[in-house]
Amino acid sequence: MTTSEDFSLVVNGSHRSVVDALPGESLLFVLRERLGLIGSKNACEEGECGSCTVRLDGETVCSCLVLAAAAADREVVTIEGLASEEAVLSDVQQAFLDAGAVQCGFCTPGLLMAVDALLDTDDEPDELTVREAISGNLCRCTGYGRILDAVDRAASARRTQVTL
Amino acid sequence: MAGGTDLMVEVNRGTRLVGNVVAVDRVPELRGWSLEGDRSDVLRLGAGTTCADLAEPSLAKLVPALAQAARTVGSPQIRNAATLGGNLATASPAGDTLPVLAALDAEVELRSSAGTRRLPLDEFVVGVKVNALVPGELITAIRVPVLNGPQEFLKVGTRNAMVIAVTSLALVVDRPGRTVRVALGSVAPVPVRAIEAEVLAAERCDFDGMSVPPDEVVERFAILTADAARPIDDHRGSAAYRRHAVSVLARRAIRRAFSGVPSVAA
Repeated sequence: MTTSEDFSLVVNGSHRSVVDALPGESLLFVLRERLGLIGSKNACEEGECGSCTVRLDGETVCSCLVLAAAAADREVVTIEGLASEEAVLSDVQQAFLDAGAVQCGFCTPGLLMAVDALLDTDDEPDELTVREAISGNLCRCTGYGRILDAVDRAASARRTQVTL
Repeated sequence: MAGGTDLMVEVNRGTRLVGNVVAVDRVPELRGWSLEGDRSDVLRLGAGTTCADLAEPSLAKLVPALAQAARTVGSPQIRNAATLGGNLATASPAGDTLPVLAALDAEVELRSSAGTRRLPLDEFVVGVKVNALVPGELITAIRVPVLNGPQEFLKVGTRNAMVIAVTSLALVVDRPGRTVRVALGSVAPVPVRAIEAEVLAAERCDFDGMSVPPDEVVERFAILTADAARPIDDHRGSAAYRRHAVSVLARRAIRRAFSGVPSVAA
């Protein structure tokens, strides 16, 4: 009953063909295993950990719960598309480094996507808003203190950027 | 399939093999909402309305308890994808929107090539993860009344985010109709209404001044609400704990709803 299928995805602004995918393949699987974009991490595969977070038409989703074929022709942005240029970090990435918010790094791509989406709508979030925004991203190393610090730094960087 | 937040978990685990899937998440007709009826007092919610949509202020002011329930679902990532229709289709005893829909006497609109039919919620959700959909049928919309009166949704879980309800309770007040409707989640195979508690509340609550009911009324209301629960012991909590939690939530909800502040008049 399972037949292969072909479709195309728009990932980080580029059209990418997916050939011979199986019907049940998740967007996460296709990104990592077929398109070689291994920045989005695979951990729980049930939407609990947030390490596979990507933007789909602008909204954050767990890519493990998106049927890849159903994302055809929608705008997918992964962690690889966060910085505008290669070798230049985005404000959120720089803030995570500066705050020491990266330890093992496994949750980092998902958190960066969640924080970037938050700051797009609110560049002066209070602590509760930040905690709510990252409630779907589990980090087992940091205890979140430095992550909250990084969000503060990123928010002020973004405000400065907007003012300039 | 709409948001896929339930289905894809099973697919990823390998417990469900998908053959043909029709993705309906980009059907605009399933996404919007509108007010119907002579007095615009019926809200028709497209089945593809996401939990994030439900929490938006424009909808939250029409059905506050549904917005409160939607806000407790999963994480922002899940709420962006998960839909009201999907919560109904899954028909889990712990589905967060279900007690609210039960309290509101919601009606589910189903469509197939044979036509359209409407079912009351209790005829749609008929068992643990069992619904009344027949092959070829699609949930297209949910209708709920826009009531004049306070609403509460309360949920007990191990933490505030990313949690499956151990017990949940929805309470809605219809001031002109002088009724209180209470429904419980995660304490029975399907959402249950606490009818005896509703009768007591209708008789003893102050629908004009909205003053807090006397303590003995609140206590009796809590006992009757807990009596309506038919909980089981499972890994998330014991039956006794759930029954106790229901009484706590019932007390809290009725006190909050009747907090002495008369809300918007019709």
